[in-house]
Amino acid sequence: MLLITCPHCGPRAQLEFVYERTVDSVVQPHTDPTEAMERLFTRANPRGLDDEIWRHTFGCRAWLVMTRHRTTHAIAAIRAAGPEALP
Amino acid sequence: MTKYSAFGLLRGVFNGQSHWLPAWRDPEPKSNYDVIIIGGGGHGLATAYYLASVHGIRNVAVLEKSWIGGGNTGRNTTLVRSNYRQKPLHDFFEFGLKMWEHLSDELNYNVMFSPRGAMMLGHSDSDMTRLAERGDAMRVDSIDAELLTRDQVAKLEPQLDMSRDARFPIEGGLIQRRGGTARHDAVAWGYARGADRLGVDIIQKCEVTGFVRRGDAVIGVETTRGRIGAGRVAICVAGHSGHVAAMAGLKLPVESQTLQALVTEGVKPMINGVIMSQSLHCYISQSDKGGIVMGGDPDNWPSYAQRGQPMVTQGAIAQAIALVPALSRLRMLRTWGGVTDVSFDGSPIIGPTPVPGLFLNGGWCYGGFKATPASGWTYAHTLATGTPHALNAPFDLGRFARGDTIDENGVGPLPNHR
Repeated sequence: MLLITCPHCGPRAQLEFVYERTVDSVVQPHTDPTEAMERLFTRANPRGLDDEIWRHTFGCRAWLVMTRHRTTHAIAAIRAAGPEALP
Repeated sequence: MTKYSAFGLLRGVFNGQSHWLPAWRDPEPKSNYDVIIIGGGGHGLATAYYLASVHGIRNVAVLEKSWIGGGNTGRNTTLVRSNYRQKPLHDFFEFGLKMWEHLSDELNYNVMFSPRGAMMLGHSDSDMTRLAERGDAMRVDSIDAELLTRDQVAKLEPQLDMSRDARFPIEGGLIQRRGGTARHDAVAWGYARGADRLGVDIIQKCEVTGFVRRGDAVIGVETTRGRIGAGRVAICVAGHSGHVAAMAGLKLPVESQTLQALVTEGVKPMINGVIMSQSLHCYISQSDKGGIVMGGDPDNWPSYAQRGQPMVTQGAIAQAIALVPALSRLRMLRTWGGVTDVSFDGSPIIGPTPVPGLFLNGGWCYGGFKATPASGWTYAHTLATGTPHALNAPFDLGRFARGDTIDENGVGPLPNHR
């Protein structure tokens, strides 16, 4: 299980968190349909690092962005998610 | 290559079983093949076998980065069934189930297919309605499905907790009597032996590191054992589909997640068939060695690590024990995880890609094993003719853009939300 440092609550067990989707699959209201389609229905799915959106669902319920290695599970960075954190 | 038979075994009695030959060769890669299949799992080997046996295309190589059948073919719960509600799915899997019934004869290799019955339990009135609906959908396409009462379920599986105050009270079930289990390794080995006999080169410890391109088209692969040219290149790598497709500049509608399973110590027969549930997500069967094999949900977050979270297996075990309380007395022997490429509608992708010369077979999510024969058959057809077979035509890469997804669970573009 991962030990995830919530930007608001400090280190907590992964059990409290839920994975949502990758940062690059977020669709804004003004995104054009072709790009929206691409963002919704494809993933880079790398064997290395990717930016993921998680939620501290069973804690403070805040959204966060985690940069995590998909093979080693090492967490490179965690930051609070807000409008400025998303593309 | 000798044909396996009772006579062969008998002959071994007199020569100390010393006459057996390797079941497949260990060839050096040639410089060029008509078709290269990337991935030596059950699906890749079955594809090679049907390319050679049905379509007469024998100049074929199967490239495997490790050893054959060492990925998800060796990491599943070996269930075989075709009890899907949606037509494209149950037609596809039923075609496969019919192949399973004759596979041991076809391959001259015992895949130990055991049609012991696959039963889904219903825990409420609405569960039973959905099971009846599913059963009807199957029966109009001539697939066997039988709705069971509570008493019938109790009779089939005496170990189930049938009490009214059970954690998940059992109202009835839906059984597919022709469903069951098979021996996972034997499927890979049987297809490998069959393909090898027809001239297919099975090249192990050969990892693909890139594609050779001419213009847009793929005309070969770069591997750890050198460059190999090919007329057509077929991706068949399960959890690593996204990684391999990215080498050709493709971004696929899949996300790789861990799926776990576990087995207990061996005990005397206590589970007669395969037990699943309409509302829960755990499946229970007993292997021929006596171990109780169980599985549950995917881990629901992206990973290539081939190892999972104890909390997920714990959830599956809790559900299994609630259904079959006697399981609480058993010790867990082993748990394992595989990398599955979870597609965005829970259904596979088999067909051409936008890159000329490159084909894809992936997105098998949590249910690829049972599809092995049908997957190989339809993928071989697609590779040989350049166009999909009627059975895999609905499972093309373009269905997401068309809004024509085959979404058995109805979850939309978030594979972790099922």
